[in-house]
Amino acid sequence: MIPGPFSYHRPASVADAVKLLSTLGDEARPLAGGHSLVPMMKLRLATPEHLVDLHGIAGLKGIRRDGHKIVIGAMTTQHELLASDEIRQSLPILHETALLIADPQVRYRGTIGGNVANGDPGNDMPALMLVLGAFYRLEGPGGGRDIAASDFYQGAYFTALEPGEILTSISIPAGAAGHGYAYEKLKRKVGDYATAAAAVVLTMAGGKVATCAIGLTNLHETPLLATDAAKAVIGTSLDDATLGKAAAAAVAIMAPAADARGPVEYRKHVGGIMVTRALTRAAARAS
Amino acid sequence: MNDMTPTREQREAKLEGMGCKRKRVEDIRFTQGKGNYVDDLKLPGMLHGDFVRSPHAHARVKSINSEEALKVPGVLAVITAETLKTVNLAWMPTLAGDVQMVLADGKVLFQNQEVAFVVATDRYAADDGINKVVVEYEPLPVVIDPFKAMDPDAPVLREDPAGKTSGAHGPRKHHNHVFEWTIGDKDLTDAAFKKADVTIKEMLSYHRTHPSPLETCQCVCSFDKIRGELSIWGTFQAPHVIRTVVALIAKIPEHKIHVISPDIGGGFGNKVGAYPGYICAAVASIVTGKPVKWVEDRIENLTATSFARDYHMTTEIAATKEGKVTGLRVHVLADHGAFDACADPSKWPAGFFNIVTGSYDFPTAHVAVDGIYTNKAPGGVAYRCSFRVTEAAYCIERGMDILAQKLGMDPAELRLKNFIKPEQFPYHSALGWEYDSGDYHTAMKKMMESVDYAGLRKEQAAQREAFKRGETREIMGLGVSFFTEIVGAGPSKNCDILGIAMFDSCEIRMHPTGAGIARVGSKSQGQGHETTWAQIIATEIGIPADDIMVEEGNTDTAPYGLGTYGSRSTPVAGAAIAMAARKIKAKAQMIAAYKLEVHEGDLEWDIDGFRVKGLPEKTMSMKDICWAAYNSVPPGMEPGLEAVSYYDPPNMTYPFGAYICVMNIDVDTGVYRIRRFYALDDCGTRINPMIIEGQVHGGLTEAFAIAMGQEIRYDDEGNVVTGSFMDFFMPTAVETPHWETDFTVTPSPHHPIGAKGVGESPNVGGVPAFSNAVNDAFSFLGSTHIQMPHDYWRNWRAAKELGVFAA
Ligand SMILES: Cc1cc2nc3c(=O)[nH]c(=O)nc-3n(C[C@H](O)[C@H](O)[C@H](O)COP(=O)(O)OP(=O)(O)OC[C@H]3O[C@@H](n4cnc5c(N)ncnc54)[C@H](O)[C@@H]3O)c2cc1C
Repeated sequence: MIPGPFSYHRPASVADAVKLLSTLGDEARPLAGGHSLVPMMKLRLATPEHLVDLHGIAGLKGIRRDGHKIVIGAMTTQHELLASDEIRQSLPILHETALLIADPQVRYRGTIGGNVANGDPGNDMPALMLVLGAFYRLEGPGGGRDIAASDFYQGAYFTALEPGEILTSISIPAGAAGHGYAYEKLKRKVGDYATAAAAVVLTMAGGKVATCAIGLTNLHETPLLATDAAKAVIGTSLDDATLGKAAAAAVAIMAPAADARGPVEYRKHVGGIMVTRALTRAAARAS
Repeated sequence: MNDMTPTREQREAKLEGMGCKRKRVEDIRFTQGKGNYVDDLKLPGMLHGDFVRSPHAHARVKSINSEEALKVPGVLAVITAETLKTVNLAWMPTLAGDVQMVLADGKVLFQNQEVAFVVATDRYAADDGINKVVVEYEPLPVVIDPFKAMDPDAPVLREDPAGKTSGAHGPRKHHNHVFEWTIGDKDLTDAAFKKADVTIKEMLSYHRTHPSPLETCQCVCSFDKIRGELSIWGTFQAPHVIRTVVALIAKIPEHKIHVISPDIGGGFGNKVGAYPGYICAAVASIVTGKPVKWVEDRIENLTATSFARDYHMTTEIAATKEGKVTGLRVHVLADHGAFDACADPSKWPAGFFNIVTGSYDFPTAHVAVDGIYTNKAPGGVAYRCSFRVTEAAYCIERGMDILAQKLGMDPAELRLKNFIKPEQFPYHSALGWEYDSGDYHTAMKKMMESVDYAGLRKEQAAQREAFKRGETREIMGLGVSFFTEIVGAGPSKNCDILGIAMFDSCEIRMHPTGAGIARVGSKSQGQGHETTWAQIIATEIGIPADDIMVEEGNTDTAPYGLGTYGSRSTPVAGAAIAMAARKIKAKAQMIAAYKLEVHEGDLEWDIDGFRVKGLPEKTMSMKDICWAAYNSVPPGMEPGLEAVSYYDPPNMTYPFGAYICVMNIDVDTGVYRIRRFYALDDCGTRINPMIIEGQVHGGLTEAFAIAMGQEIRYDDEGNVVTGSFMDFFMPTAVETPHWETDFTVTPSPHHPIGAKGVGESPNVGGVPAFSNAVNDAFSFLGSTHIQMPHDYWRNWRAAKELGVFAA
C-alpha cells in the first residue's frame, strides 16, 4: 500500500492546470480530494507520474445561484455541500445523498468534481446528476465546453473528458417547487459503496405523478437513467402494481457485477427494491 | 479523633482497589496520541523491509531475479529462501509442531505468501524494489474447498512431509492430512445414539475470519555485531516466548536477545505466533548491520498472518423425547491452510475444543478432529477466545437450538433442563475437564426475566402470523446462547508451549516512600492491565493503585511469563500478582510487629495497614512500613520490600454467561436490525466493572462482526476476495448495536482472588447468539440451519430458498 514515485504540481489557475496536463501528457492526472485517486495509487492500480493538484486554484470552489441554475465549483467538498443552505433548499436530494457518502473524514476532502469526474460506477453523485439534468463545464487546451451529464459516462472509469481537460463546475437546474425526492442506498456499512442505489425526483399533480426521473448507482458499469421505469409511473398514483412495473423496468437495464456485496441476482433484486422505496418516499414528500 | 481523620470508606476509596470503576490510566496517553507503538520507533540508520508476495495460491517458483530491484535507488538487499538457507532459516518451526516456509522454497502454497524480502533505506524504495523483482511461477492446481482436500486425487500441497505417515500429532491418513485428534468414549457414545429417542445431525461451519487488530503485525530488529546482541521491538502478545523461539532457531544465547513489546494496538490472537517478517527483519539486520523495520499493511495482515476458525463441525446430539441430552458426537474438519501454525498449547492440536459439551450434563461424548492442508494462509489462532473455545461454543449452542426445534421445545427451556446443576460442581465433563464452579440456572433465569423472554416469544408469534398474512416483510428471531468457557491456560499438568509450562509471574518492588512497581509476565494489548493489576495490589497491600506502576513487555526486566491470550492474564498472571502481593504483606507484617513491639499474631489487617488487635489506635500504615523496610527491619531480616511469584494454576477457570439477541430481518433485502442484545456475564470476582463492561462491549462487537459478515473468503482459484476493510466487515460505531450488560458473581474456588477472566467471553457467547437469532427467525419457514456469516445477501438467499418470493 505504498504508491509509486510521482511528481507534484500545484498550478494557480485553470489555464495553468490545463497547460500542465496537456504538456505532461497521459501520465499526468488532476488531483482533487484524493479519496478515489490516492487509494488506487497506494494499490499501484494507478501509477500517474505527475499529480496536478487543483487545490491552488481559487475559482474552482463555491456554490452560487445563477438564475434558475445552481452552479457548483468542482473543488467544492462534499462537506461544503452538506453545509450549504442553498443546496438544502434548492437541491435537497443532493444534501440527502452527500450524507450517504462514506464518512465525515472522506467528505471533508472529497470533492463533487472528483466524484463525478472519476467515472467510478460506485460513486453516488453521477446518477444524481443524470436525474437532475446537470451540465458539466470542461476546460481544455482547445477551450471550454459544456456537456450534459447524460453524455458524459461511457464505461467504468471511462468518460468524455479529453486529454488535458478538467471539469471546472457543475450547473444544475434548481428543483421545481414542491418536487419530491429520495435517494435510497443499500450498503453494508458506513464507508461502503452502494450494493444498489436509486435516485428519484418527481412532481405530483392531483395525486398523480406528473414528471419523474429515476437514476441508478452501481448497477451497471455506468450510472443509469431508468427512463422506461420513470415512464411507467407517469400519470399513476404509484399503486403496488405500478411500483412493481417500474421496478421490473429498472431491473431490466441493470447489469451489475458480482462482488462481495452479493451475486448479480441479489444486486438486481435489491436494485428494484431501492427503486420502489425511492419512488414511494419521493411521492410522500411531494406537494 | 479530629475531623481530618479519614473514615474507613474514605480510606477504602483512596485505594481504588478491586471492585472500583477506576479510569484506565493508560488512556491518558492513548487518547492523546502519545502511545508508543512499534511504528513510532525510529532508530538511527534504520532500514525498511517489505515482501514480494505470491499472486498465486499454488505454484512452483521457477526463478527469482533480483537484478533490476537491486538497481532501484535505496534498495540494499533482496533476501530469498536461498539466502536464508545459508543461515538455516528458510523454514521455521510453528507453535503447532509443524514447519513453515519463511520465504518460498521451491513453491508457494497460498496467495500473498512471502517470496522475497526487499531491504531499502525507506519504505517507498522497498516497495519500488518489490515491483522490480521478477518471479517466474508455474501455476499448480489448487485446493480451496476443505471437503475436497482429502480426495484421493487431490493435488499434493506439502512436499516436505510427503511420504511421512506420521506428524507432530500422530498418524496422517492422506498427503493433505495434518493430524487426527480424538477424545471421549466412542463406544459409549455410539451406544447412546443407538438408544436415543431423538437425534439431530447437522454440519455447522464456522467460517474463516481474521482477528484484524487495528495495528498490524510489525517489528524492528537491531543486531549489535560488537556485543552479539539482538534487540527486537515487536507487537508480541507473548514476548518471552518469542525470545525463547528466537534463541532456539537463531542460535543466539537467550540472554543476548532483548525482546520488547511496547504499546500494542490490539492483538486478539493475531500477535501470538512468529511470522516470516520477524525472521526476515532479524536476518536483514544481521546481514546489513543496521536496524530493520518491518510493518505489515492491512491487506498483508488480512491475507497472510494468522486467520482464525475455519472449523467445519458435523454435530450430532442424542436425547430422550423429554429433551434430556444423552450423547454428543462431533467430527471436525479443521482447515489449517498451508502450514499448521495454530497457536495452541503444544499438546492440544485442536485447542480446548473438548469444552464442546458446554454447559450441559452430557453423560458421554466423542470428538474427532481432522486437520488438513489447503491453499490458504496459515494460522488458526484463537481470535479473542481461548483455544478453539469459540468454535466449540458455536457448535454446542447451535446444536442445542437445532435439537430444541426438532423436539418442539423452547430453546431456553431445553437448556434449563440440561444444565449442570450448582451442586454438581466441581463437575467432571465427559470430555475430561473439571469445571471449577458455576450457577447456570440463576444466570439463565436472570437473563429471561430481564428481557421478558416470555413476552418476546409472544411478540414473535404475533409477528409470524402478521408475516403470513402479508402485513409485514420482517421476520423476528430470538437468539439464546448460554456458554461455558475454559480459560486461564494453564496448569503445568496439561499445558505447555514448546515445553515451557504455562505459568505466569509477577515481581513487586515497593520503594521507601510507599510507591512501587509491579512487573508482570503478561502483556496488555488494550485490556487495561496497567489499571487492573494495580487495583489487585491496592486491595492486597493497602497502597493506592495510583502509587503502583505496572510494567510489562520487556523481557530484560519482566519476569518470565507466557503472555496474554486465551483470557489467561487474570486467571494466571492476576493470581501471581495477588500471591506476590501477599508475600509483600507477610514481610510487612513482620516489620510492623517489630516496630509496634507486639507479636506478629497480635496484628490484624485493616484496609491500608496493620493494627494491634484490641488496640485500634495502635496502627502502622503500609506506607510507613515501606519506609521502615529500608531502615529498621527486625534483626536478621534482609532490608527492602519486594517479592516475586510464579503461579502455576491448579486448574483452568470456567466463566459463563447467558446472552440473548433480538433481531428483525427484512426478507426482501436481507437487511437485519439488532433490536436488543443483552449479555449477562459471570467472570467470578470483578476487579474493575468498567473495564469488564468495555471488554464485553468490544467482544460483542467482534462477535457481531463475525456472525453477520466478517469473513476471509477465497474464490475457486484461491484469490482472497475480502482483503480490505471495504469487504472484510469491520463494523463502525454506526453499525454496532447497543449492548445491555449484566452479571452474576460465582467466584472461582481455586483462584486467589476468585477471578476468572472475561475478555473473550463476549466473543465466545456472542457469535452463537447472533447466529441463533437469524436461524430462529427463519425456522418457522422450515429451515433447520443456515450457515454463517449472515450478511445481507445471504439472508436474502435464505429467504429465497425458503420460498418467500414464490408467487
Ligand atoms: C472509504 C471511502 C468510502 C467512500 N465511499 C463513497 C461512497 O459511498 N460514495 C461515493 O460517491 N464516493 C465514495 N468515496 C469516494 C469519495 O467520495 C471521493 O472523494 C470521490 O469519489 C472523489 O473525489 P475526490 O475529490 O477525492 O477526487 P480524487 O480522488 O482526487 O480524483 C478522482 C479522479 O477524478 C479525477 N479528477 C478529480 N477532479 C477532477 C476535475 N476537476 N476534473 C477532471 N478530473 C478530475 C482525478 O484525476 C481522479 O482520476 C469513498 C471514498 C473512500 C476513501
